[in-house]
Amino acid sequence: MDLIWEGLRKALALLLTLDPEVLRITGLSLLISGAATLISLAIGLSAAVAVALNEFPGKRLAIALLNTGMGLPPVVVGLFVTILLWRSGPLGSLGILYTPSAMVLAQAVIASPIIAGISLSALQHLPPGLRLQILALGASRPQMVWLLLKEARLPLLAAVMAGFGGVISEVGASIMVGGNIKGQTRVLTTATVMETGRGNFDVAIALSLILLVLAFSVNAVLTHLQQRGQRR
Amino acid sequence: MTRETLLQARNLQVHRGGAQVLDVPSLDLRAGEVLALMGPNGAGKSTLMLALAGLLPPTAGEFRFRGQALQSRPDREAFRRRMTMVFQDPLLFDATVAQNIASGLKLRGIPKAGRDPRVEDWARRLGLEKLLGRPARQLSGGEAQRTSLARAFVLDPEILFLDEPFSALDAPARDGLINDLGHILAETGTTAVISTHDQGEAARLAHRLAVMKEGRIIQLGGLREVMNHPEDPFVAAFVGMETLLKGQVVTCREGLLTLRLRKDAGGREVVAVGEARPGQTVLVGVRPEHVALSLQTDNLSSARNAFPGAVTKVIPRGPYFKIELDCGFFLTAFVTAQSLSELGLQPGRTVVASFKATTVHLIRKEGLDAEL
Repeated sequence: MDLIWEGLRKALALLLTLDPEVLRITGLSLLISGAATLISLAIGLSAAVAVALNEFPGKRLAIALLNTGMGLPPVVVGLFVTILLWRSGPLGSLGILYTPSAMVLAQAVIASPIIAGISLSALQHLPPGLRLQILALGASRPQMVWLLLKEARLPLLAAVMAGFGGVISEVGASIMVGGNIKGQTRVLTTATVMETGRGNFDVAIALSLILLVLAFSVNAVLTHLQQRGQRR
Repeated sequence: MTRETLLQARNLQVHRGGAQVLDVPSLDLRAGEVLALMGPNGAGKSTLMLALAGLLPPTAGEFRFRGQALQSRPDREAFRRRMTMVFQDPLLFDATVAQNIASGLKLRGIPKAGRDPRVEDWARRLGLEKLLGRPARQLSGGEAQRTSLARAFVLDPEILFLDEPFSALDAPARDGLINDLGHILAETGTTAVISTHDQGEAARLAHRLAVMKEGRIIQLGGLREVMNHPEDPFVAAFVGMETLLKGQVVTCREGLLTLRLRKDAGGREVVAVGEARPGQTVLVGVRPEHVALSLQTDNLSSARNAFPGAVTKVIPRGPYFKIELDCGFFLTAFVTAQSLSELGLQPGRTVVASFKATTVHLIRKEGLDAEL
């Protein structure tokens, strides 16, 4: 028990003194996962709109693929992004392996299907006649898409939060394509793994607390949104 | 009154999954009229309406709006902004009543200063002025459908399509809204197409009536004409001609026919106005509105048809009652609450039902003889 109390005490000290290394790691985590979420939002939302609003052969297959993609194991993503960015790989000439860009790429691959899947379900749960009603009110096609997204704004926000929550707490892909290089690609999760391995429980606990707060906040907002949704 | 033809549809066909779900060779919508589409579920009312409104691309068909052919996609898009549609489900946005009513104007790029007075005006005309700031999801069914109607009328549409707008409402909300809609349509002279499977709704709102079955219009005409002179048994049943009996023409003299009802209909004789050859089999139709009830045969009555019968059922219908009678054949009559108590109408009571020869409708249809 002493180990835990001692760890907690030192961790709080690190947080309260705003340790520069801890701050830097937290900042980089937010930056990388934030950027990955934004990219995933653009990709995921476009995919969801394209699938939801169009009838095409293979639509069911596309939906099944999207939903499967929501459960992509980060380690598998890490493996394939590493191969892709390896010096002799297809995108090796970019030279971005072991940089934050590679981590953004890997996290976007993880978050895009999550955001696409939840957004698609949100759009499909809108009343079936709503599209016709919006067109009947004189909307152009872009106006119609905008109004539909606006109507689904709460579940769409939930999709973004789920995507962000998925990548900020992910460790496998980040460590594989980022390499946990101090000051460059070290983020909350990879640093926690490393510090735990070294037996530096105080730092590991401090980093974990920050990660917990971030994950809890995301879940709190999600829960709040779902409650609001149910009251309707 | 001569009325300009507003919308013309020709050779309109819609296929879905290989099957033909709509086949309307020709339909004209006249400026200022209210056309009701009636028919059972799946008759093609909604499909026809969506196709007319440009919201469903037909498999085949040509449209003309005010004489202009709607051929190109831009033409049809432009037309979509000149009409609007209200559905059975109010389909309001997750926003306030005011924002909902303003939504179509906003889509047209009309600034707030131009929108507000129109929104307030239509909110007032539909009794929503106190609800303008309320979130749409807190409205009752009737209030929500009023908001949906205000959102449509505020656009000043050249054609208003109403797809079963009252079907989801309870009786009091429906009644008030039908009244208000009737007033507004009359005031504004808006051309409208309304689908319904309630003949009462059609009777209160429409000038013309089209009865549909299996994707086709089987009778189209003035409201009274279709209601009182249905061309076939399906239409008759649908527009509320509740008594429909097979009979054979016995004599035909100077436009006055004597018909003998079939044996299972008591073999009674009915007098009607019309032309038919003796021996011909016809359907005899009587609307409940045209049947009068009394306690004894009144020799002074001008009704040529009088039949004693027993009351079998009394059904309240809002302001009046529907009485079902067994006169050897099935007959229904509408009576007021006052008549109900004066005549002491209750199951088992014997009364005399009478109707004038001029109100008896005859359906002469090929194949009736064969069926007998």
